[in-house]
Amino acid sequence: MALADARAICPGLITRPADLRREAAALAALRRWAGRYAPMVARDGTDGLVADITGVPHLFGGEAELRADLHARLARAGLSAASAIAETRGAAHALARHGGGIIPEGALADGVGALPVSALRIDAATALALGRMGLARIADLISQPRAPLARRFGSGLMLRLDQALGHQPEPISPEAELPRFSIRMTLPEPIGLHADVTAGLTRLLERLCAMLTQHERGARRLRLELHRVDHEKAEVEIGLARAMRDANRIAALFAKGIDEVDAGFGIEAMRLTAHVTEPLAPEQIGGSRTIAREDALADLFSSLGNRLGFDRVLRLLPAESDIPERSFIIAPAAHSAPETPPPHRGPERPIIIFPPEPVTPRGGNRRGHPPSAFRWRRMGFTTLRATGPERIAPEWWFDDPAWRTGLRDYWRVETREGPRLWLFHTPQATAWAAQHWFAQGEFA
Amino acid sequence: MADETAPPALAPARVHEAEGPGRRAFALWQAARHDGPLIWVLPTHAAHLPMLRGLPEGVGARLHILRPANELDLLWSVEECLRSPGVALVIAEPEKPLSLIAGRRLQLAAEAGRTSGLMLIREDQGSNAAETRWRCAPIAGDGGDSTLHRWELKKNKKGTLGTWTTNWNGKTTALHLVCATGERNQPAQAPR
Repeated sequence: MALADARAICPGLITRPADLRREAAALAALRRWAGRYAPMVARDGTDGLVADITGVPHLFGGEAELRADLHARLARAGLSAASAIAETRGAAHALARHGGGIIPEGALADGVGALPVSALRIDAATALALGRMGLARIADLISQPRAPLARRFGSGLMLRLDQALGHQPEPISPEAELPRFSIRMTLPEPIGLHADVTAGLTRLLERLCAMLTQHERGARRLRLELHRVDHEKAEVEIGLARAMRDANRIAALFAKGIDEVDAGFGIEAMRLTAHVTEPLAPEQIGGSRTIAREDALADLFSSLGNRLGFDRVLRLLPAESDIPERSFIIAPAAHSAPETPPPHRGPERPIIIFPPEPVTPRGGNRRGHPPSAFRWRRMGFTTLRATGPERIAPEWWFDDPAWRTGLRDYWRVETREGPRLWLFHTPQATAWAAQHWFAQGEFA
Repeated sequence: MADETAPPALAPARVHEAEGPGRRAFALWQAARHDGPLIWVLPTHAAHLPMLRGLPEGVGARLHILRPANELDLLWSVEECLRSPGVALVIAEPEKPLSLIAGRRLQLAAEAGRTSGLMLIREDQGSNAAETRWRCAPIAGDGGDSTLHRWELKKNKKGTLGTWTTNWNGKTTALHLVCATGERNQPAQAPR
């Protein structure tokens, strides 16, 4: 139904846009929960779950009791659900979407016979064509000869019918559980000493790292939760500059965080979670000097990042732009790999760049040429030699306020006082603009 | 006093200081001569940055930049970097004068990690614990397109002082020493 129609029928209707990602996440959570009823639970489309409950119902006292228990629990959680139990997946799918219920064993054809053909998981065009031919219910379809139907509608329809009636097998394939890198330890007596917490952490880390090794993954962020006797919770979280599963090196990074934890009346449980992990293939550790150096650098960046923040440990990466400010990007070192900048061609570039600083010309100059004398940073300079201009045009596809003045003519200006500066002139700036000359860099 | 030999390399596993307007060029020349990861510690609010395309060959890919929020974090991160054996050279730009305690701690860290450090300080804000102190300034050249630098060794704990006038173009590790023309006794005859 279109939204406008729905609003016309029910003016007080409250609508929300569908949030498919969160719906999928909610369904995934429900799938985990539904594991209490069956070992194999899979998602069925975007709105359903299918579980293989073979051999399970007697634990709940029967199929009806199992279904009643499911509905009662879902209702308590505030969810309205429809469910059906049948011998085949197709029949259960059909019945769950058309009333729900239980089809007793051996009565599949009777149980689904009264349902419309659209319940068979066929596309809308096929269902419509079947309706036009007067085959509205599944029972009508069962009594028809198969060959003409298959010729007319393809083998897909017959496959769905056979699956619903149990002539074709249709297993349930639950998606694999993602490993959860979380280790818990409950202590018989509350602890409070720094050394005790560190010892506990070491034990947790050893188990966690073994688990990571087994799955060939490395941790990027770890969180240590310390549950106190008074039901308070303290958390210590660390980041790593690269994926790692070396217990000793990770433990060193927790030291500062553990120092700051208030143990209160004692800590009775600890939980260590690696909530961000990355694939990490087995690799040689130690040995050659380069590897030792790389490890040392990664450890250094981890400890620097945990105190300063990982957005303050940076690296310069080349970028495709002629605009000086955008010819390189500053990226966090923990999340980027070094890149060798392409060999530089064309006019020289300064070693140091800074935001444009106004330059006050003194003394005459030819139009468009650097002034013969100028002041910059409250120091006077005399131009000895000027190389240029190098004209750089703004990138019109970005609206950069710094480049609103249009073209820039860059000059390398050697001064009699020593410094070699990178000056630029804005020829397109309005005539009455106060400032036409700026300094933006220093050469070696 | 002008020296005809190349300026001495920075002593390894020590912390050095450079001041003057050409100190960053001096730091980059030293960076090009060191082999391995480089770290440049800049305060967050410093407006300038090394420009990747202008750096000497091979320095850009090895250079890491730290931008600590305050002076205390800056000194801490310099000490951590010096203590780490994985770093070749640490360049830092402290804002306040280095105290003797801070300077000494940095020296101990450099010895522990076998790493060299170079502090780019403002004029006369160094610490007495520094191994050497250089005064660096770019100077104007007579010929076309020369990039002359005057590097003056002001303080040296284990050697002599000296002044070098060099021509370094900011691209490679190669350095041309320039005879100090301005320091002869008789003024040269101007060509007619």
